[in-house]
Amino acid sequence: MTGKSKENYNENYLRYIRTQDPPTQHFKNCAAAFGVGGLICCIGQFIRIMLEYAGLTGDELAGSTSVILIFLGCLLTGLGVYDRIGRYAGAGSIVPITGFANSVTSPAIEFKTEGWIYGMAAKMFTVAGAIVVFGVFSGVLVGLLYYFI
Amino acid sequence: MGQEMLDIFLQFLKAFAVGGGICLIAQIIINFTDLTAGKILVYFMLAGVVLTAIGVYQPLVEFAGAGATVPISGFGYLLANGAIKGAEKGFFYAVTGSLSAASAGVTAAVVFAFIMALIFKSRTKRN
Repeated sequence: MTGKSKENYNENYLRYIRTQDPPTQHFKNCAAAFGVGGLICCIGQFIRIMLEYAGLTGDELAGSTSVILIFLGCLLTGLGVYDRIGRYAGAGSIVPITGFANSVTSPAIEFKTEGWIYGMAAKMFTVAGAIVVFGVFSGVLVGLLYYFI
Repeated sequence: MGQEMLDIFLQFLKAFAVGGGICLIAQIIINFTDLTAGKILVYFMLAGVVLTAIGVYQPLVEFAGAGATVPISGFGYLLANGAIKGAEKGFFYAVTGSLSAASAGVTAAVVFAFIMALIFKSRTKRN
């Protein structure tokens, strides 16, 4: 239910639905998100330390870390493991960069049946496209702001 | 050696706490509103850009390491940081800096997603 069309729904029906819904388990949800999110960040930290030992520094270090995490996210999505983690962890699996990888890979695999160009390639950016669009736009704004101030 | 191990342990602890905390905030927002995953990603990325622009996110990254860079707000940090660094070099780099900084992430996502689409078939979602 979106907030906008709320008044169009029958109040009694909504009340009935609410009695049938399982209650949101706030504590369990939040604990799972915190735990899984924290764990993914720890994996990131582990990769970072390993790469630091391998002699990477600065931008190269940060970039390589996210590339490896994105690879893991894509692979786990392909294997169907990430969706299962996501059902349990909610935001804990959405918010880390692996969730971004999941949002790219998942539609790419799903819409492969609709063809390579309009299916796989175009649908790849259903969610990531929004991130890139707003990211580039806000990034340019920040750049201009810092340039002129 | 003991001191060094303690330092590494502390790094992991900080990464866990900050990274988990960011996910916890997202989960609380999801629980109390009806935002979808895509909107959460965009809002957190934008929050990362804004927090970097006002200088709050950089200290967080120095404190928590991967705990601050792995969540999607770290992607916003990367974009804004690239733009800020580019702005020191000149007008052209102020405009292109953000996407250049994020190029590794976007490239990796596209290439790996393509490869996975080649390898795997879509499966019916088991609920």
